[in-house]
Amino acid sequence: MRKVTLALPMVPEMEIEASKTAMAIAESMRMSPDRIDEVRMAVVEACINALEHSHASAKEVFVTFEVLGGQDPETLRITVRDTGVGFSPGEIEEPSIQEKLKSARKRGWGLKIIRGLMDDVEIRSGSEGTTVVMSKMR
Amino acid sequence: MKGGDALMTESLNVNVDRREGLAVVYTEGYINNQGGEEIARVAYKLIDEGYKVLLLNLGGTKIVNSIGISILIEIIEKMIEIGGKLGFCSLTPTIEKTFHIMGLAQYAPIFPDEPAAVSQLQP
Repeated sequence: MRKVTLALPMVPEMEIEASKTAMAIAESMRMSPDRIDEVRMAVVEACINALEHSHASAKEVFVTFEVLGGQDPETLRITVRDTGVGFSPGEIEEPSIQEKLKSARKRGWGLKIIRGLMDDVEIRSGSEGTTVVMSKMR
Repeated sequence: MKGGDALMTESLNVNVDRREGLAVVYTEGYINNQGGEEIARVAYKLIDEGYKVLLLNLGGTKIVNSIGISILIEIIEKMIEIGGKLGFCSLTPTIEKTFHIMGLAQYAPIFPDEPAAVSQLQP
């Protein structure tokens, strides 16, 4: 297993730095270009969620990349963790385009996109922050 | 480029090609909140000029985020409001998949390339 952790400051476009690391690691696993793009997009969304919603005093997001599967790695697991105020994942209503077109608030798509692009997604959130763990098979 | 103009934000270039009855908006770079707002600014200007059919050619965009896409949803809403049409073309497979996950394709058709889009959208 290989493991890399980035501590990223909460500044605009820090999500791009995280996505570049995701791309480099996924390429090293020989993941297909389309799947790498999906991982990059999911990382961008998870980082933006942390940036926008965590209200963390630490002003940092921690992104950990783990390559699982020994000599022939099969899975990339990415953990995005903030130390913000947290939320209740079960209380988040799934967005729909019909509702969003009528609503003044068009945002709130991040988790839906992450779940649609990654193979497995787990969200843990509480008073000490939020952790999104997402995996993609090679 | 006929009737074209170029605009630039920190991470996105937007170009416009005004044609008979249709305007094509080309993007190059990251569509985030700033990029989405730039596209919206250009789109609303075209609407003010009388264009009711817009094609967003995202061939030069390899990555988007949901904040940028939510601004594209505002443009879709505006096009519905004025009885116009908005289409997308030349998307990467991941951006196309993301638009399908969000349901955008129900309200703004996605075409594989610009000729296919123009032939379907042009009045």
